[in-house]
Amino acid sequence: MAYSDKVLDHYENPRNVGALDKESSNVGTGMVGAPACGDVMKLQIRVNDAGVIEDAKFKTYGCGSAIASSSLLTEWVKGKTLEEAQQIKNSDIAEELALPPVKVHCSVLAEDAIKAAISDFQSKQEK
Amino acid sequence: MSLKLPVYLDYSATTPVDPRVAEKICDCLTLEGHFGNPASRSHPYGWDAEKLVEDARANVASLVNADPKEIVWTSGATESDNLAIKGAAHFYRKKGKHIVTVKTEHKAVLDTCRQLEREGYEVTYLDPEANGLLDLDKFTTALRDDTILASVMHVNNEIGVIQDIAALGEICRARDVILHVDAAQSAGKVEIDLQNMKVDLMSFSAHKIYGPKGAGALYVRRKPRIRLEAQMHGGGHERGLRSGTLATHQIVGMGEAFRIAREEMAAENERITALRDRLLNGLKDMEEVYINGDQDQRIPGNLNISFNFVEGESLIMALKDIAVSSGSACTSASLEPSYVLRALGRNDELAHSSIRFTLGRFTTEEEIDYTIKLVREKVTKLRELSPLWEMYQEGIDLESVKWAAH
Repeated sequence: MAYSDKVLDHYENPRNVGALDKESSNVGTGMVGAPACGDVMKLQIRVNDAGVIEDAKFKTYGCGSAIASSSLLTEWVKGKTLEEAQQIKNSDIAEELALPPVKVHCSVLAEDAIKAAISDFQSKQEK
Repeated sequence: MSLKLPVYLDYSATTPVDPRVAEKICDCLTLEGHFGNPASRSHPYGWDAEKLVEDARANVASLVNADPKEIVWTSGATESDNLAIKGAAHFYRKKGKHIVTVKTEHKAVLDTCRQLEREGYEVTYLDPEANGLLDLDKFTTALRDDTILASVMHVNNEIGVIQDIAALGEICRARDVILHVDAAQSAGKVEIDLQNMKVDLMSFSAHKIYGPKGAGALYVRRKPRIRLEAQMHGGGHERGLRSGTLATHQIVGMGEAFRIAREEMAAENERITALRDRLLNGLKDMEEVYINGDQDQRIPGNLNISFNFVEGESLIMALKDIAVSSGSACTSASLEPSYVLRALGRNDELAHSSIRFTLGRFTTEEEIDYTIKLVREKVTKLRELSPLWEMYQEGIDLESVKWAAH
């Protein structure tokens, strides 16, 4: 299968690979997908007092498109407020990476991951 | 010497034509060569071509210790499988309508059996053991009074394991069941002796053993005689079993490939085994790697490994400088890991993480060393990216995690 140059770039040089302290109160962690389906994404965000995402890290088990989708997402959410990050749509990711139809589910997973990370962060604040 | 990239390690998918074979093929094409129709009886062009076709038939028969009269030319192993299974099922339909096969068979067998089910036949699909081999007792138990045919492949295309077809032959003969064996992946790699093995029908392919694509053969036993209903009708070629003008050049190529295999098999197996072991030894000390399929009952050229916590398609992408295949076909929203690995009871992660390396006649030590280095480097890199690897390192049992399936 032919991948777009952008997918290849993110795949060869993934941005923001790593982990943040998941116990920290200002870190939100989202883990979506399942090994049985062939992809699992873990996305973490660190949010400052102003509600802005200061840092984002990811790890992904999955095909090249899944890795690229999560790598791109970490680039996009940095510096955004939670409200802005919440607005990111899978179609934006799919378009940016020129994902073929069979790989659109990778971008859906990325959107699910950021939503899960934000909701994890918010539930920590309520405590 | 510099390496030709990507390094070709997909010999079970297909092989390059041996230069000696290519030369013979080219001799059968042009006006100066033997271009005649082997069915032409009225002039030397036809007689020459017929002689070449019969020499090739003798070479194919000789590799498997059969009579040349028992060899029928086809377009490849898929056609041979179709002719054998449908042909026997249709001919013997009055005797019974039950067929036994295995879940790890090639699609050419499985899909043909599915078609017969649609025609009213009943098919039992047996599970192999975790090492890919068939339990002979379970096989025996699956045979019924109305069983007419069993189809079991000799060597599995994905995991390279060798079934005990001699034993299966004894069981089938005692029960008066016809045994078909798909030998596409075994001819030229494993000793086959049809004078002693009680196999009734056997499918062969040319392009898996350095012959051309589009050529194959079916062995049809004469003593005791096995009858088939033809699936291709026309001019009555191949004793009416498979009509259509014989592709002289393809057949001559297949014959030469089988002749070379007969002469060089022993030495070649020794050389390829050494290379395969070199590859295995270069990888097996890595953490969480699993060999798929039995380690001993296996052809020399096959190594199928799962690299746990790394997804197969991304690994293939990372290994773009080697040409291999993956057990994971990530081409749809619902990802389908290899049905062969699933049938062995491998869990989804391991099935998704498998790579099949298949070595062959032109594989070099230098290529193997390059492969070892590349695989180690890329698996390490992808594991650093993998949340599953991270969880494994933290001691989390992945089986206990509630995944949000999608």
